[in-house]
Amino acid sequence: MSSGYWNQKAETCSPDERRALQSERLVKTVSHAYNNQKLYRERMDKSGVLPGDIKSTDDLHKLPFVYKTDLRDTYPYGMFAVPMEQIVRVHATSGTTGKPTVIGYTRGDIETWNECMARSLRMGGVTSSDIIHVSYGYGLFTGGLGAHYGCELLGAAVIPVSTGNTSRQLQILEDFNPTVIMCTPSYACLLAENVQKEKIKHSLRAGFFGAEAWTENMRRFIEEQLGIVALDIFGLAEVCGPGVANECECKNGLHIQEDHFYPEIIDPNTGAVLPEGERGELVFSCITKEALPLLRYRTRDLCSLIKGKCSCGRTTIRMEKPAGRSDDMLIIRGVNVFPSQVESVLMKYNDLAPHYLLVVDRVNNTDTLEIQVEMSDTLFSDEVRKIEKVERGIRGDIESTLGLSVKVKLVTPQTIARSEGKAKRVLDKRVIL
Amino acid sequence: MFITQVSVFIENDPGRLSEITGVLARENIDIRALSIADTSDFGILRLIVNEPDKAITVLQGAGITARKTPVIAVRLKDSPGGLHAVLSLLSNVEYVYAFVSRGENDAYVVIRCENSEKAVEILKNNDVKLLTDAEIFE
Repeated sequence: MSSGYWNQKAETCSPDERRALQSERLVKTVSHAYNNQKLYRERMDKSGVLPGDIKSTDDLHKLPFVYKTDLRDTYPYGMFAVPMEQIVRVHATSGTTGKPTVIGYTRGDIETWNECMARSLRMGGVTSSDIIHVSYGYGLFTGGLGAHYGCELLGAAVIPVSTGNTSRQLQILEDFNPTVIMCTPSYACLLAENVQKEKIKHSLRAGFFGAEAWTENMRRFIEEQLGIVALDIFGLAEVCGPGVANECECKNGLHIQEDHFYPEIIDPNTGAVLPEGERGELVFSCITKEALPLLRYRTRDLCSLIKGKCSCGRTTIRMEKPAGRSDDMLIIRGVNVFPSQVESVLMKYNDLAPHYLLVVDRVNNTDTLEIQVEMSDTLFSDEVRKIEKVERGIRGDIESTLGLSVKVKLVTPQTIARSEGKAKRVLDKRVIL
Repeated sequence: MFITQVSVFIENDPGRLSEITGVLARENIDIRALSIADTSDFGILRLIVNEPDKAITVLQGAGITARKTPVIAVRLKDSPGGLHAVLSLLSNVEYVYAFVSRGENDAYVVIRCENSEKAVEILKNNDVKLLTDAEIFE
């Protein structure tokens, strides 16, 4: 099924060969950042590190970190390391947790991004004969345009559907015969439900889903409902956009395009680099970026790295499917809760729709967590005690996963809001006085 | 020897019950009996209607969770001790509700037992009059 590699040399070279290239690129980028990014120069000076101290990737740990807040503090363009005349595109994040962060790209940055997207698509067996339905949002969000130009570089026919208007999306699936779809995993679930309900005939065989953390159970749901291979695509705007890493058909970790984005796993509390294979916070150094050469950028994503050659033949380092972004993490009565943990429990119940809402509140100074799940025809019974037994079962499973007492509320089907982009899984009603 | 009950899930939320009765009213469905079991979170509405299949279709079409449940309906004497005479024959009764009969001295009661087949047998052996869907709506 595999159609080879988009860039055989970059993806299958020996680790030593790659390490030499990474070191050379890192050295160049450190001096570019030091010379052209005021904030990072000051931070390096403060840490007592000079560009000359970084001779290879072995010295990377000496460099200070960069945080999302740095981009906010220098909003909008303060971290750009090239003059505006060299910038050809600007993207921004949604800014749900504060000011948006603004990302600029030079022509070279865009070319790198497209290259990484093309490599990602080829990993899933996509070729120029494919028709690709892109329903990531087109606009400031990196998903739509990022996916789009990667598809074009690969030579596939891309349908820029963007988000919204589910009935039109279904019509395109039925009439335009796309073979590949790209969207958020939560939207894939919504489309899958509708494809089943409206008996839509489609030609899809693969999908690339990202921009949200998702679980193996959700993958099974999408694969079964749509009859496709569902692969995880990872990226973040600050580092580039989608295509930073992607699963190959082996589905055993996401191959990181590490000749452009050098990964480390650190202890989020101490900042120390963790031993190989341990789970911690993912940190990226953009070793070829011109416009925004972020070094040791704290992604807040939690995962581990997998070294060694994959059965697909690629030698690039892989990241474990991320458990969630620490930005998504809720702290409830002092316990860390990721919506994806709740999701992995719910998806074990075949009868439940993959839509849920975590309602967090504070009653008498104590945090409460209510999990709303939609009732389904098969779980329903005419007897109260049978429904209560279902609720208790779900509650028990979630409580043992989270280590936190919760309330499960079964609600009317189709009443939890469906999202066309990133799903809204949490309603935090806590008012901290 | 069962009649068809329509069981409906109702989230405990303002307006949910009238949403359901609204759907049935629009479709001209005749409700002969009903009972509601409720907890603080949700309720189960149990209905005996003239067209159960149509009721299920229109309710599901409106996004409401509903299913058919076979239940026992008996006709008994509308006099003191009438209900007791029947219930004392049965064990493991899940729920019971009565509805107005159109006869003179009779009462109709819906009974849901854990083991319905066995309950039917016992009732038959004791000459209790079991009702069919047709008899309820005649």
